[in-house]
Amino acid sequence: MYDFNYHRPHSVADAVKLFRQSDDAMYLAGGHTLIPSMKVRLRAPTDLIDLAAIPGLDGISEESGNLVIGAFTRHDAVATSEVVRRAIPALNILAGGIGDAQVRNRGTIGGSVANNDPAADYPAALLALNATVRTDRREISAAEFSTGMFETALEEDEMIQSIAFPLVEAATYVKFPNPASRYAMVGVFMVRQGGEVRVAITGAASGVFRCTDMETALAADFSASALENIKLDVHAMNDDMHASAEYRAHLCVVMAKQALSKFS
Amino acid sequence: MVQQSIGESVLRKEDQRFITGRGRYTDDINLRGQAYAAFVRAPMAHAHIRKIDVSAAMAAAEVISVLTGEQVAEDGLGALPCGWMVHSKDGSEMKQPAHPVLAATRVNYAGEPIAIVVANTLKAARNAAELVEIEYEEIDAVIDPRLARTSPAIHEDAPANTSYNWELGDKSATLAAIESAAHVTRISLVNNRLIPNAIEPRAAVADFNPGTDELTLYTTSQNPHLVRLIFSAFVQLAPEHKIRIIAPDVGGGFGSKIFVYSEETALSWASMKLGIPIKWTAERSESFLADAHGRDHVTEAALGLDAEGKFVGLHVSTIANVGAYLSTFASSVPTYLYGTLLAGQYKTPNIYVEVDAVFTNSAPVDAYRGAGRPEATFLLERIVETAARELNIDPVELRRRNFIQPADFPYQTPVALEYDIGDYEASLSRALEIADYAGFPARKQASIALGRKRGIGFSCYIEACGLAPSQVAGSLGAGVGLWESGEVRVNPTGNVTVLTGSHSHGQGHETTFAQLVASKFGISVDDVDVVHGDTGKMDFGMGTYGSRSLAVGGSALSSASDKVIAKGKKIAAHLMKGDADEIDFDDGEFRLRESNQSKTFQEIAFAAYVPHDYPLEELEPGLTEKAFYDPKNFTYPAGTHICEVEIDPETGIVDIVKFTAVDDFGTIINPMIVEGQVHGGIAQGIGQALLEQCRYDEAGQLQTGSYMDYCMPRADDLPSFDVDVTSTPCTHNPVGAKGCGEAGAIGSPPAVINAITDAIGIMDIEMPATSERVWQAIRQAEGR
Repeated sequence: MYDFNYHRPHSVADAVKLFRQSDDAMYLAGGHTLIPSMKVRLRAPTDLIDLAAIPGLDGISEESGNLVIGAFTRHDAVATSEVVRRAIPALNILAGGIGDAQVRNRGTIGGSVANNDPAADYPAALLALNATVRTDRREISAAEFSTGMFETALEEDEMIQSIAFPLVEAATYVKFPNPASRYAMVGVFMVRQGGEVRVAITGAASGVFRCTDMETALAADFSASALENIKLDVHAMNDDMHASAEYRAHLCVVMAKQALSKFS
Repeated sequence: MVQQSIGESVLRKEDQRFITGRGRYTDDINLRGQAYAAFVRAPMAHAHIRKIDVSAAMAAAEVISVLTGEQVAEDGLGALPCGWMVHSKDGSEMKQPAHPVLAATRVNYAGEPIAIVVANTLKAARNAAELVEIEYEEIDAVIDPRLARTSPAIHEDAPANTSYNWELGDKSATLAAIESAAHVTRISLVNNRLIPNAIEPRAAVADFNPGTDELTLYTTSQNPHLVRLIFSAFVQLAPEHKIRIIAPDVGGGFGSKIFVYSEETALSWASMKLGIPIKWTAERSESFLADAHGRDHVTEAALGLDAEGKFVGLHVSTIANVGAYLSTFASSVPTYLYGTLLAGQYKTPNIYVEVDAVFTNSAPVDAYRGAGRPEATFLLERIVETAARELNIDPVELRRRNFIQPADFPYQTPVALEYDIGDYEASLSRALEIADYAGFPARKQASIALGRKRGIGFSCYIEACGLAPSQVAGSLGAGVGLWESGEVRVNPTGNVTVLTGSHSHGQGHETTFAQLVASKFGISVDDVDVVHGDTGKMDFGMGTYGSRSLAVGGSALSSASDKVIAKGKKIAAHLMKGDADEIDFDDGEFRLRESNQSKTFQEIAFAAYVPHDYPLEELEPGLTEKAFYDPKNFTYPAGTHICEVEIDPETGIVDIVKFTAVDDFGTIINPMIVEGQVHGGIAQGIGQALLEQCRYDEAGQLQTGSYMDYCMPRADDLPSFDVDVTSTPCTHNPVGAKGCGEAGAIGSPPAVINAITDAIGIMDIEMPATSERVWQAIRQAEGR
């Protein structure tokens, strides 16, 4: 790890101000991606702005048809929250499947969303639930938020404050974890709302995406047989030593079927 | 008095300090004025070094020195040796290209150390390491062992990238037997390359005292005396009596901490050169790159069977990847620890094996838990299983037809070993009972009804442990003796300090050896402490590997204890006015036969050190005895592993629903510790079978350099194991023990693969049988 300046501001305004004053700053939330990559010297920010002392960034609440989760809320808090269980229990499942207990006790939803790892779990939930990312200066819809692998619509110094998930009739998340890292090799978040079905897939491609073929088929016939003839574009899939594109394309359908089976 | 005897699961004495954070590992050691080292490593797998410029690094803040291979050469240090000479078919010696302490003119694997940077702080050392400027001229790398022999030579003195082509057995008789066999089964397989991953990375603190010319090295070693021997006799760092190696608490080794590596050697040399203590602790990424890897075989084999299904001949051709250099024991692993095991539990009359050991631009490959024996067992148990399927004979029945029978012992195999004892039917039938083989067809039907596939796989393994009779090892090329030393010091108050040349890095010697000695003397385990891992404290020893510690080290302690008892009898005879041969010693009491007189062990100890009433003319005071035990033969643990899997055909995920291991380890001192060893070994074996694969890309970059990409088995990957034992005590050592450390890793991989292929109804699948490989195999089998 290279030397860096450490800051611990007590307000969002101070954090943003510090960010702008620094050469190459990064916000620090749970640090479970940032710190390991700094330790192996892949990242070398000049300044780390720790958000831990800013009041009001964490917490889970239900407000006007949305489940709102503060950016600094730890994965474990989401996994075990009764508020989440009543509102969108699929998010309990999703958060409870991130990493291991140590990771869940440190990692935060805001950090995960801002990092936008193509194999992370939360991006699938955001996209399928039509969530809104609330930052210190605006609201960004999930559809516009992800702009590529590890890329988002966030400005350099922009800070996520919370994520608002609209309540839905039913949702679930199923993932096939990479056996080594336990990140999603394929993760399928499925939502049913009115006559609409939304399916977001993470881990399989260069970024999270909606599978419109599945959505259309399931909207017409919400059963496994509707998925029988769905074929994902193999060329759009990731192909690496952990799984071929062909296998990932296949797993997308299998995971979607498993997700489907969890709707009562 | 609490007496814990042999065969009781005494809780581990060492665990109190381990689970309360009071263990003392190498990285816990900090010396006054200690500096820190960082290594500059090759960023590519194969290149000429054209220029090394250390000036910027030298000028950096807090930097004390930057040393390179040029200074190593100036100081006349020797290369790192390989301690086992193997001869090729034509009688020529193996090619052993110089393994430099620091690469000076050429790098041969990614991660090879080139320079050592010493600074006042760890951060300064690491920062300065980035300032060392090196000009490289890259050369094409060869990684695949199958391509090594036809690729340009990595080392000038090893044409065709071959260290040796070795053979064992009667080639023409074997070929003739296979030629005339009623049926021949042929297989090709890869034994996948593994990275050891002990939980504690390698670490060292070198402390040279210019006032006494003594070098003390604290290091993560399985065999500290061997480090001292190599440092003095081969590297020529310092005379042996001026070197002290201390291996304190060590967090796992699995073989990877047997070897003498560049880093610890360069660190010691730098400490001597600079006159200061220096510490180095490997980062996990350095462990991945530069610890010796394991396995990495490519093999073709043919097994001939007669009309009754009896094996008539086995022919094996293997290419073994040894990496860029021959590591400390690399040459022995794919030869004498592999080819000699190919008889397994079977009476195959003709066996021939040939092995080409090839260099590639990858990290050195050496012994890793099982070392050669897992490779032999995997091959044999895969080919036997395949033959059974080809001939439509129950795989259990085929094995039984070929077992060496109890009446056949001692049994001379066609591949050099003489098995002393075993009962293979006993462990097989017990395993079948626990695994409920009879109920398998019903369970398979139940799985099919759920749309799942179920399979069962067997592995009847044997290993040669208790390394090793020195004369035999010497005649086969070993550069060292393989006895063990033990010392039993009875203190004046009657408690005991035991010193052993073997080393515990997780095996529980402090408990097992204490139990062994305590039961000899009829005293409490709490009254016996075991000291190990310090060349300054105990006699020369050979360390721990090859499941040798109890069979060899324990036997030395048994002999030393017998000497204590013999001397105690003389003292007791004097005190009770009898004759030494009229004294019986039992349950902690020396009794004069046909009298009511007796003396306790403690009374005799006290008398030995306070010799006021003592036969000083005939007997020296004191009650300390030592023994060097050289084994008469290898020991032959054996057993049966049965794996039952259920597979989800949609995903290819393999669920191990039942794993049974029945092992014959001979006499067992502490069943709980043995069971723990078996569990750990099976976990590693399942890791190899399902999850672990070291991968380099074509340019020689390590692709699996962290836990994000290298998949270690975790608790939730594993079932609860059903473990039991049968016993035929070793006939030639006083303990009757055979060794248990490696059996799990040896027996389990073929059981898992046999189960998976059985479930899918195919002949072969490559390790690791990942979910994708299984899914593809199912699709292929079903013609999709």
